Amino acid sequence: MTADSNALHFHYDVDGNNFTSAGEASVQVKRMLRQMGYHPDLIRRISVAMYEGEINMVIHAKGGDADVYVTPDCITVVLKDVGPGIKDVNLAMQEGYSTAPDNIRSLGFGAGMGLPNMKRYSDELKIDSVVGVGTTIEMTFRSA
Amino acid sequence: MTIREIAERIDAVVYAEPEQMDEDMNGAFGSDMMSDVLAFAEDRDVLLTGLLNPQIVRTAHMLDMSCIIIVRGKTATEEIKRLAADNQIALLETKLTMYEASGKLYEGGLGR
Ligand SMILES: Nc1ncnc2c1ncn2[C@@H]1O[C@H](COP(=O)(O)OP(=O)(O)OP(=O)(O)O)[C@@H](O)[C@H]1O
Ligand SMILES: [Mg+2]
Repeated sequence: MTADSNALHFHYDVDGNNFTSAGEASVQVKRMLRQMGYHPDLIRRISVAMYEGEINMVIHAKGGDADVYVTPDCITVVLKDVGPGIKDVNLAMQEGYSTAPDNIRSLGFGAGMGLPNMKRYSDELKIDSVVGVGTTIEMTFRSA
Repeated sequence: MTIREIAERIDAVVYAEPEQMDEDMNGAFGSDMMSDVLAFAEDRDVLLTGLLNPQIVRTAHMLDMSCIIIVRGKTATEEIKRLAADNQIALLETKLTMYEASGKLYEGGLGR
């Protein structure tokens, strides 16, 4: 973790067995950042990117842990799962690449837009993924 | 275009607080794929969709959208209504298809 020790830390369990509740951690983070008074554009970037990552954990990896570290000028979101991992990260980063099954598409996801969107909305995106072990995604957002 | 005017143009059932009715909406995006909404609908206020699950509300919320129009005569579940109300998102239901509803709103000036 790169966030400094003065950062406020918030932890969320992301339930991988419940598509209906997917995104609740992102909703809570959005509310909290609003209360803290961050700029609405920054909050939107963070919440869209985190929501994409949270949905990914639910549809591709049976859930995981979301940790958010907050300082006045930097917000870091870490999404960690012990799912199947991503075989080819470069390929997964391409728009339109998706391994999501049809039942996921009928729920409104699986267009292969999530990871590119997370890259677009974050200032920094690090993907650490090992097949058969899991995936950790760290996104950094700067407030200036 | 206000939510009141939108509702009139597409003959919609409305679930919203009275003060939301006069909010001015700028721009709209229509899709059943929330993936595409998240990728393309930045800075739009209205979501038109035929998808019916709680993720339509969370997607709109993440993007700061303030109005969801459910098309093709589908009716919102109680959970969708509750989530929308919790997040101050106006919910509209219309019998029109997405194409028809979009056409009427575009013609009326929404997003132009
Ligand atoms: N946490 C994860 N664990 C395992 N595989 C993942 C994970 N996140 C993404 N992937 C893989 O990377 C691919 C691309 O992810 P991306 O979020 O861009 O698209 P998607 O989730 O398939 O569709 P969309 O995001 O448009 O709903 C996925 O289809 C999946 O194969
Ligand atoms: Mg995705």
